[in-house]
Amino acid sequence: MSEAARSRILGRLRAAPRTAAPALPEWQAPIYDPAERVERFCSVLEGSHAEIYRVTLADWPYRLRTILEERGTASVMFAPNTEGGRRLVSAWGDIGPKLVPYDKTVEELKDTLVHGVESGFTTTRGGIAETGTLVLWPDSDEPRLLSLLPPLHIALVRAADIADNLPGLIRAQGWAQSMPTNAVLISGPSKTADIEQTLAYGVHGPKELIVLVIED
Amino acid sequence: MSEIARPQRPENVYFFGTCVIDLFYPGAGLAGMELLKRQGLRVVFPADQSCCGQPARNSGYLDEARAVALRQIETFPNDWPIVVPSGSCAGMMKTHYPDLFEGRPEHARAKAFSARVYELTDFLVNVLEIKLEDKGEPVRVTWHGSCHSMREMGVVDQPKSLLRQLSNVTLVENPREKECCGFGGTFAVRQPEISAAMVTDKVAAIEETGASQVLSGDCGCLMNINGAMDKAKKGIAGRHIAEFLLERTTTGGAK
Amino acid sequence: MSDFTKRAPIALNDPTLRRNFRRAMDGLMVKRAAQFADPQAWAALRERGAMVKARAVARLPELLEQLEAKCTANGIQVHWAESTAEANSIVLDILQKAGAKKVIKGKSMVSEEMELNHFLDGHGIKAVESDLGEYIIQLAHEAPSHIVMPCIHKNKGEIAQLFADNIDGLGYTEDVDALTAAARRALRDEFATADAGISGVNVAVAETGTLVLVENEGNGRLSTTLPPLHIALMGIEKLAETLDDVPPLLALLPRSATGQPITTYVNMITSPRKPGEKDGPEAVHLVLLDSGRSRVYDDPELRDTLRCIRCGACMNHCPVYSRVGGHTYKFVYPGPIGKILTPQLEGLDCAGDQPHASTLCNACVEVCPVKIPIADLLVRLRTESVHPGGSVAVKGAGSRRSWHETLSWRGWAFMYAHPKVYGLATRLMARLGNLIPENAPMMRQWTKIRTKPKFAGKTLHELAREKGFDHE
Repeated sequence: MSEAARSRILGRLRAAPRTAAPALPEWQAPIYDPAERVERFCSVLEGSHAEIYRVTLADWPYRLRTILEERGTASVMFAPNTEGGRRLVSAWGDIGPKLVPYDKTVEELKDTLVHGVESGFTTTRGGIAETGTLVLWPDSDEPRLLSLLPPLHIALVRAADIADNLPGLIRAQGWAQSMPTNAVLISGPSKTADIEQTLAYGVHGPKELIVLVIED
Repeated sequence: MSEIARPQRPENVYFFGTCVIDLFYPGAGLAGMELLKRQGLRVVFPADQSCCGQPARNSGYLDEARAVALRQIETFPNDWPIVVPSGSCAGMMKTHYPDLFEGRPEHARAKAFSARVYELTDFLVNVLEIKLEDKGEPVRVTWHGSCHSMREMGVVDQPKSLLRQLSNVTLVENPREKECCGFGGTFAVRQPEISAAMVTDKVAAIEETGASQVLSGDCGCLMNINGAMDKAKKGIAGRHIAEFLLERTTTGGAK
Repeated sequence: MSDFTKRAPIALNDPTLRRNFRRAMDGLMVKRAAQFADPQAWAALRERGAMVKARAVARLPELLEQLEAKCTANGIQVHWAESTAEANSIVLDILQKAGAKKVIKGKSMVSEEMELNHFLDGHGIKAVESDLGEYIIQLAHEAPSHIVMPCIHKNKGEIAQLFADNIDGLGYTEDVDALTAAARRALRDEFATADAGISGVNVAVAETGTLVLVENEGNGRLSTTLPPLHIALMGIEKLAETLDDVPPLLALLPRSATGQPITTYVNMITSPRKPGEKDGPEAVHLVLLDSGRSRVYDDPELRDTLRCIRCGACMNHCPVYSRVGGHTYKFVYPGPIGKILTPQLEGLDCAGDQPHASTLCNACVEVCPVKIPIADLLVRLRTESVHPGGSVAVKGAGSRRSWHETLSWRGWAFMYAHPKVYGLATRLMARLGNLIPENAPMMRQWTKIRTKPKFAGKTLHELAREKGFDHE
């Protein structure tokens, strides 16, 4: 049915007078002193209502457990087949919040995801200093809803993977060669200002965001 | 916007009075001409000038706008600057005359003409680098930006810099200075209710500054704002900056 | 009297609405200005963004084909609709084939053009708005009044009442956190039980077949991830050539719209759920809507309208919009963009008054992140409205032509182009003009709230001669 529409639409567009496509002028997104890059990332994200913790490769699972115990967070949904997920399992054992693996499809786990778990843990592909942004690259191991449904999202990012700006990251990581089903840039917890321009958090996405920055 | 390198100080300048000044505010026109004359320039006022043509263009009557524009182009033949005491009319002649004649035989002449057009305060500040000495009594004034002046001719700080030269003049900042007064030529008649709301807000903002005078570089805006202030008996005078500057720099005020 | 002129007083005379809009627009202008405080940085970014969109518009047909090819290869099913009616049929067909009874919606202005919710309702399919602002106006049975903040015309009290009336177990509260939590609870189950999610598209990248959606709340991600079916609706112009084009547009859009450097979420969708993946819709459809855009495209000057990235900065800065609000514009797109787009999509015969509802103050031109020459296009459309056959691209060209206006301007041109006639007429007017009564035609609109302009008695021409100024 839409074949006819397609050829008529394209036909009209092609029949219109051609204008030259202009050249793209130079534009440079902000860049930072490497010594300041991580600082900036952390302070912008904090300004956006996220909680940042500077951690090491060795201690982050233990730091996280302490943080969650202090908050009273009772459960963490996670992707067992990721490096981060494996570290959580081996470091926590039976101590700490309940680790709930996202190891079946959403259809089988929907209730848990929507109502039954207090936080979701994900790794990240990187970060952006300019805007305090996490780059998530969900895949078959680490599903999309982990960072979306539970009211608290915990994200693990390596300082070394934080880039100055988005165009730089896109090029450095070669995104154009292969985009995942769904890539997500996250710059804070869910928010809205629809009610008289007053800021409120946790409308639909997570109300809280904890970011662990691995510095070594 | 005068983006060309600061030109040499000319000996002769043309003055384009504008049709609104011609009928309603000739004093502002004379003041502008007098200010230029006092800087040692010979000011020429061609008798055949009338209107920049903006009202017709804005209503979509381009042929009619062109007929009037062409008359103005013919009336200022020499390669002298054309100084205009209105950002709106200057904007029309500078930014729109070339488009009006795009693809037509008169295009080159229109471009050459528009390159010589200056808004008055921009000319005083950037070409003549005028120095002003205040001879008047203390007064509080505020400024109305005039949309085309600011956005087509880049005239934002020039008039205020002139006012800041006057030692007895307190320029009170008006936070709504850059908002449109609602004149818009035929808009005031086509959308009278919206225009009324806009000028009412503009007058309220002016009143809040506590100034006794509001100054502007555009007499269309002034006609609108003054009319509203008069009707509401605000006791605030709206004046063209040329008249104000002449008065302040003349012993005993200008007459 | 034009439609617009008739509707404007409704808003102008509503002090609550005036106050709500004034406060909201002032806040948005300040926030935006803070993001673009460095004039050079603004100029460079804006130039880049404008040329990105100019290129996309210039290459539109081939980019649409490239987008379609990439999407299809990635498993996204692409449909083309010439009209909103066709688009509605396509969406209905997809939903019916999937047995869908309930749809959860992310924000989509194209769906407003389609009047999709109403259409689906007529076919027994319930559409629930999930964006908080859209949810609020859905409760109020109203249309959005702004393209980015749909319920900007409503204040806390009005919203509190709507929630109290519509959400079970919620008493009246103006506490924003409580209201937000109530909306979250009410919509959570809707997300989980919806058969399909429908969204818009902010930018579609032709190079990779990627749909980019920006949002702060998370409802967009939820609508496009949780239900088994996702339908994305998009105007044919919402494209960019390459992935590299996304960053400048992302740098411009949220800053221009709400003064944010980036939205909380930027969602980039390239395919449906792949084998082995545990969540995401099994099927993703993209509906490309024309609805008059290809006609706009026909005209090289007017096609700049299609650069629009729907940021809303133009209306935030518009002295007319901020006083009359979005509903006065009647059609989907209000403000300056509405004044140039609506007449082109709907025709100058239906919406020819819109281009005149402007003082040409250029505030919008100053802030448009993709440099659409809005004021020039307003004048162009005014010209088209009084000259039939000027451009076949514009529907309803010439429909506002009237013999008396035409004659008036001819007379005006005659007078102003003939110096002797001008001279005589102005000398007469200068002396006699003050005799015009306050309630004469045209004068009476002026004198409602202003005193008559004062004719000077002598013209500048006369006074200049008297003062001895040379005339050549």
